[in-house]
Amino acid sequence: MRGEVAVIGVGMTKFGEHWDKQLRDLFVEAALEAIEDAQIDLKDIKAMFIGNMGSGLWIEQEHLGPLLADYLGIPGIPSLKIESACASSGMAFRLGVISVAAGLYDIVLVGGVEKTSDVTIGESTHHLASVADREWEALYGSTLPALFALIAKRHMKQYGTTREQLAKVAVKNHKHGYYNPKAQFQKPISIEEVLNSPLVADPLRLLDCSPISDGAAVVIIARSDIAKKFTDTPIYVLGSGVATDTIALHDRDDITTLKSVVLAAREAYKMAKIEPKDINVAEVHDCFTIAEILAYEDLGFAKKGEGGKLIDEGITELGGKIPVNTSGGLKARGHPVGATGIAQIVEIVLQLRNEAGKRQVSNAEIGLTQNMGGSGASCTVHVFGRKR
Amino acid sequence: MICVSIMSVPKAPRIWQLAERRYRLIGTQCLKCGRVFISPRKICPQCGSRELKDIELPKRGKIYSYTVVRNPPIEREKYGPYIIAIIELENGCKLTAEIVDCSLEEIDIGTEVEAVFRRIGEEDKSGVIYYGCKFRPVN
Repeated sequence: MRGEVAVIGVGMTKFGEHWDKQLRDLFVEAALEAIEDAQIDLKDIKAMFIGNMGSGLWIEQEHLGPLLADYLGIPGIPSLKIESACASSGMAFRLGVISVAAGLYDIVLVGGVEKTSDVTIGESTHHLASVADREWEALYGSTLPALFALIAKRHMKQYGTTREQLAKVAVKNHKHGYYNPKAQFQKPISIEEVLNSPLVADPLRLLDCSPISDGAAVVIIARSDIAKKFTDTPIYVLGSGVATDTIALHDRDDITTLKSVVLAAREAYKMAKIEPKDINVAEVHDCFTIAEILAYEDLGFAKKGEGGKLIDEGITELGGKIPVNTSGGLKARGHPVGATGIAQIVEIVLQLRNEAGKRQVSNAEIGLTQNMGGSGASCTVHVFGRKR
Repeated sequence: MICVSIMSVPKAPRIWQLAERRYRLIGTQCLKCGRVFISPRKICPQCGSRELKDIELPKRGKIYSYTVVRNPPIEREKYGPYIIAIIELENGCKLTAEIVDCSLEEIDIGTEVEAVFRRIGEEDKSGVIYYGCKFRPVN
């Protein structure tokens, strides 16, 4: 599958609280931008894969496949929703790539969309907890922030990761997000602001958490041998990995390693024939600051327990050796749950095309995305390149 | 939004399905690799064995990790803030539960705790109350 599929178009809405828009509006807006970017006609799209976590929960609407094809003006084509919690659209991308690589379709639309701001925070917290084990975690009062707080507490105890290091992740991502016009927050923050923000789930504070967001992101993918007909800079899919872990955090031997991330990365690196050191730019799943530290370690950017050092040394900042989350990450770009995986891919495509503006990483040849579901019970990793 | 009353709490039959296990802290143990789980399972996710049996779990253990939920989900808003922990029981089984009858300063990773039978939640004002185990420090 290595190099057989390319991204030829990208589009996304601004992420944030879109009080005036519905889920279908957000999707169509992002899709039309991607279609224009790819310079294709709507009728060129032969199938759609849509990542979405909880439309049934948040807006009581299921059956998104046909709904969104209908509203995009192409009813009749195969179109379905893929759900894997916060990794929904990363998973949708993987399936879209497989369908093109298998020779089934020449051009496919892969999107992600979520509309979460129509309900109260308490309701959203309830819905988000459905990515954990409802019977054995959520029923007893656990929440998504609580699960990552449990991990953070252990990571701090086992490896000496500090509260300041966690804060630095949020500060870095807000610094990056400042340069992204599509980001929910284009506002730098200080370490003190993070450390003084209200506690959400100790030791995690408000500014350690990605926000509640609405938004959509879409990419158009095509067979690599026809990609140059549409664009001078197709970005090739070099590697794809996916894995799962136990749904409940408590069923894992060591909660400071996310096995699904390790396994998905291993598969993606093997397919792409690269090592972690070959990556020039990465978008990782920083749903909470601790999750970015874990990603450094489980993707192989740092040894286990030493993720905090990378942030201390500025290695993952713009200008560092491996800039991570140049878009602002989930923290500053925003986290419309099911749209995040594709938003990450949009950023890496812009970086590899050299179209990322003020946040451009110079000479970026190889980029990576890591999109994770729940407390790491599912994960996809993709590797992209300028060359096949 | 109407979906709150419909969706934010489990319905009585779903609670009954696992009620006895929650009340008595009954888990499952793999007869091949020995691993113990809080939840009922037919197949061991560690070794793939299909030979598992129900066992009554020890009522004591230690705090493996803990946090305070300060922004509870809607159905628990009146209970917040509360302490949630992963507890490692004496036989190695880990589970998620609330820590009660103590202040935050009285616990840490490693603190010894014991199970207590408590109300876990309720459907609504007139609905079914459901019960299970919470844990408290052993004095």
